[in-house]
Amino acid sequence: MIDYRELLSLAIPQIILVVTALLLMAVDFVALRRASTATRFTTASVLGSLGCALAITQIAMTHGQANLFDGVLMGAPFVRIVQIAILTLTIATLLLAVGSSFTRHVAEYVLLVLLATAGMLFLVATHDLLVIFISIELLSLSLYILSAFNKQSRFSWEAALKYFLFGGMSAAFLLYGFSILYGLSNSTSLPEIATAIHVVSPLLIISIVSVTVGLGFKVAAAPFHFWAPDVYQAAPIPSAAFIASGSKVASFIVFFQLAAIGLAGTQGTANLGHFVRGWVPVIAIVATVSMLLGNLVAIRQRSVRRLLAYSAVAHAGYMLLALVAHNQQSLASLVYYVITYSVATIGAFAVLGVMEVQTGSDFLPELAGISRREPVLSFCLGLFLLSLAGIPPLAGFFGKFYLFVAVLQSTPGSMPLLWLVILAISTSAVSLYYYLRVLKNIYVTLPRAAAPGDGGYSGQLAIPESGERAVAVVDLDSPRAPHSGLGLTRLVAVILAGIVVLLGFFPSLIVNPILNALAN
Amino acid sequence: MSFPALTILSLLPVGAAVLMLLLPRANATLPRVTAGTLSLLILAYTLLLWLRFDSTCGTFQFEERHAWITALHVEYRLAIDGISLVMLLLTAIVIPIGIAASWRTERRPSLYFALIFLLQATMFGTFTALNFFHWFIFWELSLIPAFFLIRLWGGKRAGRAATQFLVYTMVGSVTMLLSFLAIYVATGSFDFTELAGRGAGFLPAVAANLGWPYLTPGHLALLIFAGTFLGFAVKVPLIPFHTWLPATYTEAPSGVTAILTGAMSKMGVYGFLRILLPIFAPQIRQLITPLLWLSVATIVLSAFAAFAQKDIKRIFAYSSINHLGYCLLAGFALVRTSNPALLPEQYAALSGILLQLLSHALTAATIFWFISLLEFRANGDRFLSDFGGLRRLAPVFAGLMGIALFSSLGLPGLNGFPAEFLIFKGTFPLVPWATSISVLGLLITAIFILGVIQQVFTGPLHANRANFFDLTGAERCALAPAITLMFILGIYPQLVLSALNRTVIAYMHQLRF
Amino acid sequence: MLAWTIYISFLGAGAMLLLPNRAAKTGVRCLALFTATAGFGIALSAFLRHRTGEFFTVTDIDWIPALGIHYHLAADGISLSLVLLTGIVAVAGVLFSWDIDDRTNQFFAFYLLLIGAVYGVFLSYDLFLLFVFYEIVIIPKYFLIANWGSTRREYGAMKLAIYSFVGSAMVLVGLIAAFVAAGSQSMSLDYLAGSHFTAAFQLVAFPVVFIGFAILAGLWPFHTWAPTGHVAAPTAASMLLAGVVMKLGAYGCLRVAMTLFPLGLQPWSHHVLGFASWREVFAVLAVVGIIYGALVALVQRDFKFVIGYSSVSHMGFILLGLMTINLIGVSGAIIQMISHGLIAGLLFAVVGRMVYARTHTRELNALGPMNLSRLLPFAAVTFILAGMAGMGLPGFSGFVAELMIVLGAWGAFPALALCVGFGILIGIVYVWRAMQKAFFAEPDREAPPPHSLQPISLPEKLAAFLLIASSVAVGLYPQMVLNIIQPALNSPLFAGLRHGGWQ
Repeated sequence: MIDYRELLSLAIPQIILVVTALLLMAVDFVALRRASTATRFTTASVLGSLGCALAITQIAMTHGQANLFDGVLMGAPFVRIVQIAILTLTIATLLLAVGSSFTRHVAEYVLLVLLATAGMLFLVATHDLLVIFISIELLSLSLYILSAFNKQSRFSWEAALKYFLFGGMSAAFLLYGFSILYGLSNSTSLPEIATAIHVVSPLLIISIVSVTVGLGFKVAAAPFHFWAPDVYQAAPIPSAAFIASGSKVASFIVFFQLAAIGLAGTQGTANLGHFVRGWVPVIAIVATVSMLLGNLVAIRQRSVRRLLAYSAVAHAGYMLLALVAHNQQSLASLVYYVITYSVATIGAFAVLGVMEVQTGSDFLPELAGISRREPVLSFCLGLFLLSLAGIPPLAGFFGKFYLFVAVLQSTPGSMPLLWLVILAISTSAVSLYYYLRVLKNIYVTLPRAAAPGDGGYSGQLAIPESGERAVAVVDLDSPRAPHSGLGLTRLVAVILAGIVVLLGFFPSLIVNPILNALAN
Repeated sequence: MSFPALTILSLLPVGAAVLMLLLPRANATLPRVTAGTLSLLILAYTLLLWLRFDSTCGTFQFEERHAWITALHVEYRLAIDGISLVMLLLTAIVIPIGIAASWRTERRPSLYFALIFLLQATMFGTFTALNFFHWFIFWELSLIPAFFLIRLWGGKRAGRAATQFLVYTMVGSVTMLLSFLAIYVATGSFDFTELAGRGAGFLPAVAANLGWPYLTPGHLALLIFAGTFLGFAVKVPLIPFHTWLPATYTEAPSGVTAILTGAMSKMGVYGFLRILLPIFAPQIRQLITPLLWLSVATIVLSAFAAFAQKDIKRIFAYSSINHLGYCLLAGFALVRTSNPALLPEQYAALSGILLQLLSHALTAATIFWFISLLEFRANGDRFLSDFGGLRRLAPVFAGLMGIALFSSLGLPGLNGFPAEFLIFKGTFPLVPWATSISVLGLLITAIFILGVIQQVFTGPLHANRANFFDLTGAERCALAPAITLMFILGIYPQLVLSALNRTVIAYMHQLRF
Repeated sequence: MLAWTIYISFLGAGAMLLLPNRAAKTGVRCLALFTATAGFGIALSAFLRHRTGEFFTVTDIDWIPALGIHYHLAADGISLSLVLLTGIVAVAGVLFSWDIDDRTNQFFAFYLLLIGAVYGVFLSYDLFLLFVFYEIVIIPKYFLIANWGSTRREYGAMKLAIYSFVGSAMVLVGLIAAFVAAGSQSMSLDYLAGSHFTAAFQLVAFPVVFIGFAILAGLWPFHTWAPTGHVAAPTAASMLLAGVVMKLGAYGCLRVAMTLFPLGLQPWSHHVLGFASWREVFAVLAVVGIIYGALVALVQRDFKFVIGYSSVSHMGFILLGLMTINLIGVSGAIIQMISHGLIAGLLFAVVGRMVYARTHTRELNALGPMNLSRLLPFAAVTFILAGMAGMGLPGFSGFVAELMIVLGAWGAFPALALCVGFGILIGIVYVWRAMQKAFFAEPDREAPPPHSLQPISLPEKLAAFLLIASSVAVGLYPQMVLNIIQPALNSPLFAGLRHGGWQ
């Protein structure tokens, strides 16, 4: 007998989000027809944030475990922690959208954000293949549209088209892989799949590879990352921030759960010299390629957004190491890492948003010497980038440290995964170079004589044809709509920077609750 | 006696230097007079030490001993025996002479005299130290004031000469340092008397503690000896390590040269006596033939070289090498044999060395004093060909300088003679052949000194020297004590030797292991 | 109380950043001076109070229980001496930076941040904490050089930062591996030192961690960042970098690499390229560094490059001393850390602050005709004294240090001891050459009389006096430092090292 009340109670946060979305659509259509875009954005974002806050409160008040229909929908302390994190990141993203004016379809925008969030909440709360697929599709489709929202910039919808095509193909791969799993195990529930599959047959390998393609696309791991640079560069700031943060959290968690729980009998190992077939070596290879490609290509980038995209690839590589280790410690370290990574990334995008409004471009030469005009924001950006580089005492350092310790600890004996850790640390050392270069441009290089413009550009980005030389191109078609929410963006950036520092000093604030949740 | 007499002795010149630096700049006479007075006061203090020195015991006196760096067995240990006392005395005598020779320094006289006092302090320090660590500190520190004195007040090529002086001496110092560290590793001690007491025990200690796979202990000991030897050989100097000396002595102002030749070169001989002979006697005996040849070469070749010079300062630079060569010859001869029958000869040789050191210090410093007076009256000319017939214009000058020159020659009645006599008396039975050849040095010395006298004082009057004036009254009064001392030491050397006898006996006793 | 050296410096840095850019320069400088002096005062009082040399805990708080990491600060004789050195150099650096005019508050903020992190490294007992402080040092270094430096500052700063980061990446690998191999219980120094890693593990972990730290210590051939970086840096930064930060590397070598992995120094089973153990490899590299640094310094035309390369040479002494693994050699290495910290500070100060800031040139050939010994007599005398100290003249701290290191080397590597002697000689020559050319060259008699240069200010004189006095104090009475260093070296923490062949 299906207990719909229980289903409803588990899905209350998502329901809150949907109701909020519908509500703000109503408000926007009815009451704010004549208001300026900036005001509408502000109202919608604030309403959306309130909805998320309400959802957080509801989740925080729930206790105990729940498991519906063999894992279709679950409630557990761990799940709740991740859901709270996702909702918080969504709030930050919505706050970034306050006061912007890159589109007139405000309510639709916020609606899509909230729907994507709902998809993410489902994604982390399920152990069923079908629900995973549906949630991923809900998330992805929303993200494709969100990245196309800036209709005035043809680069924006070009990136969105790439994103969509690529994403559609990987969704197909994912579904194909899932169907093989179903075929091999006669079930869509992850624990049952695990009990059914013991042998690494060729069919299973095809399935593993397909699933890796599908989920690797979501997390922007190489070689499935080709959408990332364009999307990061061309999407509006709040969309890019959202894609880079919340969806990463959800995707990595589901990837981990799928692999660790669903394919529990067939891991194989990635130990040096003792490769055993399974999904672990596949992930190890993907991680290696991501780390190498992400870090090395990022060195050449002159656009900060593209640099962040390639660094996202690299960080995806590091985080995939947690999957290679696939135990409780590594899951905890993964959660810590992805949360702090997301916070730093949203912060970086927030600062970039303000700087783009000031200078019209995110190319390094244009940003030269901007620290004199925006000292606080530059300092925050410094904190974010250094956290991404892994400099103590910021959060990113502990994330990496914990992650590497967990990876080494996972296999008893003479540390067979040491080669992965060495690779990760070496490529991480390389990463300091390009992060420091951005900071050098901001702090050390003297500013150009005439800044291309102050306040007069909407949140669009001007990308020259060649992509190499930095020229501030004015899109004469765009109406000059000022961005009025810069103050709030600055506040958000400062708060996020504070969180990065705080989590760096006191990582136990997150780590202990996670470990406690996992122990139950 | 608990009164730190020797520390005070080393600190007095430092105080004098500080005083010199604090003097007001304006006056030209004030620095000179102050410097002269202070140097005489220091001389008086040294004489006081001499008087309180107990001649009846041959051990170290005025000892001060404190723990310093216990981790390295380094102590602050000062003491003197007869040898050190002679050194202190000659230093104290030479400094006033050097100051007098520099009376007419124009540029920054306060700094000049301050550096001289610092130099004196470091020399006192070297002569009183009995632990390698702070002996080496003073040894190295003495180079600094010397360098600046040569560099800043010297002649046209002073820069090169000073650098050459520094580099040569530093090379020697570094090898000496390395050798001493090896000694420390082998024996565990930095103390001179303790190392001297081991005598023949050095080689077994090396064999036991210094393991080097490529050399036998005997060869290793020789290597260590060579390192230490180099340091002193550069300082004395010994041919072929002498090439820095002529340029340095010539380019330095004459007052500085007086001090260099009078006192600094004695540091090298002191090192031979205090360190090299007691510790490395077996090694010296292994190498005795080449070492004797080196000393003979030093004596003879430098005399020939002096003979060939035309610049007066260069003549006496080489002459200085020659005079100290006798000391080294005698020093090496001392360890040649342990035959008790030859003990009186060894006593004589050692006494001769000490007397020669004192005598040469006095004589050489005075000669350079005279040279500075010559230079001043001749506007800087110092070649033999620039002078002639000065005897007529300046008879007193000629007479007094002649006395000094004759003393250098070794004329009986003056202080050079007893010293050289004792040395030859002592070394001839010990090393007959080497001594015989060294007599050549005496001969050549006599020739070139007479040549100097003849060229400078006799003969027709040189055209440029028409207004050469004689010694002033002040100069005569200043020179008188030095000249008198030459006579006294020449006629009554027992004045000095009586204080040294016990020390000589004790030293030889220790050397005979 | 000692932990306050760290906190005061960080608080001072934070206070500086909060001040607006247009704040009164004198106020900023005085605040910086006050902070640095306070740190120095605390260090000095701790140094005078704890005379036993044994470890004592300053703070111990549970930090990250999930990994057994504690916020554990402790100090023994070695740490105390180095903390004192940091205090002295910090005060001198602030005094020598009195003339910084551009963004003064930011400069001193970065400076104090750097000082605080350095104090942290020396006082850390938990290796995670040590690594955190060690990494924190990198970023202020970068900005100090890139913003306020001179020759090729951006390149020099980036090179320095990347090399340091690569070095610390290697250290991180070793630390994580050691932590996991020891059971992931604790990163406390005594716990890790006491866990018996297998010999095979140590033979690999030791060189990785040692080289990681030695990169920052300027081990040849990983030293190339040092001359470029130090020349590019402003004076106070050069003083700190060459004087103290390079010692962080050497300290890490001793405290982490040699303490945790003493078996890594054991002879191998067979010879590789003529070497029989890592000990020999690093000793030879150290001596090559000594001689190479000295030879290259000999041919430099830029005054500051001479000092930069001399730093590489002097650090070689430290690394050689560490590799002798006997009490005298290692004590000598620590004394050389202190000595060179003071002397490098002094030399960079003379070249950068006293000469370059006034003459705006560092070319030796251009400085000669300026007759600097007459125009800047204080600078000339200070350089003479600093040069003497640097070349190892007795009476200064360098002599004692080199003496002890050569003594240690005689016992361990006699052939290398001779090479060291050669290195000392070249050291004398290049200092002499630089001094001659810069201060005592023949003045150009044709040229017009040079305009008078700004006289040496009071802060500079105070700082120079402080550094010289400290060097002489250590040179004449090294026992005051040896009294606490040698018991520290005899502590049970180094037991593994002692069993591994303490000679």
